[in-house]
Amino acid sequence: MSVTIKDVEHIAKLARLDIKENELENYTKHLNSILDYMEKLNELDTRGVEPLFNPIENTNFFREDIPVRSIPREEALKNAPARTDEHFKVPKVISQD
Amino acid sequence: MESKYEAVIGLEVHAQLLTETKIFCGCSTKFGNPANTNVCPVCLGHPGVLPVLNKKVVEYAVRMGIATNCTINKKSVFARKNYFYPDLPKGYQISQFELPVCEKGFVDIVCADGTEKRLGITRIHLEEDAGKSIHDQGSETLVDVNRCGVPLIEIVSEPDMRTPEDAYLYLTKIKQLVQYLGVCDGNMEEGSLRCDANISIRPKGQKELGTKAEVKNMNSFRNVEKAIALEIERQIEIIEEGGRIVQETLLFNADTNKLASMRSKEEAHDYRYFPDPDLIPTIISEEWKKQISDSLPELPDTRKARFIEGYKLPAYDAEILTGQKELADYYECVLKETNDYKSASNWVMGEVLKTIKEEKIEISDFPVSPENLGKLINLINKNVISGKIAKDVFPVLLKDNRDPEIIVKEKNLVQITDTGAIEESVDKIISSSPNQVQEYLSGKEKVLGFFVGQIMKETKGKANPAVVNEILRNKLNTLK
Ligand SMILES: [Zn+2]
Repeated sequence: MSVTIKDVEHIAKLARLDIKENELENYTKHLNSILDYMEKLNELDTRGVEPLFNPIENTNFFREDIPVRSIPREEALKNAPARTDEHFKVPKVISQD
Repeated sequence: MESKYEAVIGLEVHAQLLTETKIFCGCSTKFGNPANTNVCPVCLGHPGVLPVLNKKVVEYAVRMGIATNCTINKKSVFARKNYFYPDLPKGYQISQFELPVCEKGFVDIVCADGTEKRLGITRIHLEEDAGKSIHDQGSETLVDVNRCGVPLIEIVSEPDMRTPEDAYLYLTKIKQLVQYLGVCDGNMEEGSLRCDANISIRPKGQKELGTKAEVKNMNSFRNVEKAIALEIERQIEIIEEGGRIVQETLLFNADTNKLASMRSKEEAHDYRYFPDPDLIPTIISEEWKKQISDSLPELPDTRKARFIEGYKLPAYDAEILTGQKELADYYECVLKETNDYKSASNWVMGEVLKTIKEEKIEISDFPVSPENLGKLINLINKNVISGKIAKDVFPVLLKDNRDPEIIVKEKNLVQITDTGAIEESVDKIISSSPNQVQEYLSGKEKVLGFFVGQIMKETKGKANPAVVNEILRNKLNTLK
C-alpha cells in the first residue's frame, strides 16, 4: 500500500492543512515510510484474533442520567476568537438557497 | 400511474432521545434554554476532556432495537466521524460504525389495500447531535452549542420501500414505536425526529440498483411522502430523456414544493471513521438485555390485538385507536367510566379526533376528560339523553369540562320518556297537519319523518325517538 501525491493533496484538504506545492513530494515520502512500517504488522497471521478497539480492557463505564451544572455562558464564550453576547461567531457558512 | 420503473427507497431516521442529560456529559438536554447555556468543556470540545457514556442512552437504543426485532450486539463500539463544520466543535462526531448497538431487524406495515409488508432495518446506532448554526443574522454565522451532544439514535432501513406511501407508513410506524417506548417524542416539525431518504429507480424486473440520490430537509410526514414522489418523478424524467442519474444530495423546499441540489457538498462522504480511543466498548449482557426487555411497555401491535380481542372492536377501530399511544390511553380511560366499548370507540374516533384535527391540538391538550366522555356515553345508554342531544352537549363540554349529568340538568336537556308528555305533543301535531295525515293514510309512509321532525322540534330534541315513533304509529294507525 502506498499513497500518491494526489492522496496527500486530498488528505490535506480534508484536514484543512495548507501544504505548499513543493512540500507535497516530501510529505508523500514520509507518509509512505510510515505506512511501510505499519505494513510489517500485516506479516503476522491474525486470523481468529478478535479486533482490538481499545487497548484498555475495561468495558461499560457509565454515567447515570443526572444533570450536573453546566458552565456559565461567559466562561464558554471566553476563549472564542469571535463572539456576540450569546453566540460563537464564525465566518459565514455557505448555505444553499 | 402505471410505470415501467420501480423505485427503491431506504430511510435514515434520527430520533432525539428523551434523556435528561447529554450522551457524554451531564449538561441538560432541555430545549429552548438560552443559547450556549447547556454547555461544558466536554460538549464544547475543549482539549483534554473525556466523554463518559450516559447509561440510559444505551438502554433507550436497546429498547428500540427489541421493539424492531433487531439483534442486540453483545459488544458495541463508538467511532469518530470526521468532518469540519462550525456546529461541531470537536471536528468529529462521535457515532458508531463497525459495531452498532442493534442490527438486522424489521417492522411490519399495513398498506392501504390491507396487505402487510415487512421492511428490514439494517442497524440502529447511537450518536451525538450537532449544534445549531444561525445563518440569517448579519454577515457572519452564529453558533449555539446547546444541542451538541444531545443523544440520537439513527435507524437505518433496508432499501425495502417501493412507494412514497411505503415510506410514509414506515415512518409512522417508527414514530409510533418511539412514542410507545418513551424514547423520543416523535415530533418531526420540531426536529426531534428527522428523516433522510435514499432513492433510486430501476426498470421493473431489474435486479441491480440504480444510482441513488439523497433527499434531506423534509420536516413533516406529508413532506417526506411528497418529496420522495417528486424525486422519483425527476429521476424517471431524466432516464426517459436518455440522461443519467448523478449521486447527489437534494434539499426539499416545503414552501415551493421543489427539490434543489446541494452543490456545496464538501469532499463527498469521506468521513474517515475510526474507533474513538476515548471510549471503551459497551457490553450488553443477556441479563441486562432481559432487564430492558422486561421493562418494555405494551407495544402497539400487541395493544391492537388486545383491543380487538378484549373490547371486540373492529380491526379498523383498533388500528386507529392504537396509532398513537396517548389516544389509546385516552380511550382506555373512557372505558373506566363506561363498558360500552364500541360507543366509546365511535366517540373517540369521531368527535374527539375531529376536534383535535380542527383545533390542531394534541390529545394531551384535549379539553374533555375521558371520565366525562364516558359519563356522557352512559347518559345516552341510560336513556337520560338522546344521541342527538349528546352531540349538542359535547361542544358545551369542550368549553366547560364538567360532569355532563350536571350540564344536562342545568340546560334542561333531559330526555322526555314520559309517554304522557309525548302523546300530548303527538296529538297536537296530528290535529294541526290534516294534509300530511291524509298522505300517510293513503300509504305514504315517508311522511312519518315529517311528524317525527315536528315533534322533535316541539320538544327541542328531548323526546326519546323510539318512544315517539311508537306512539306516532299507534295513533296514526287508529285513524285508518
Ligand atoms: Zn456538556
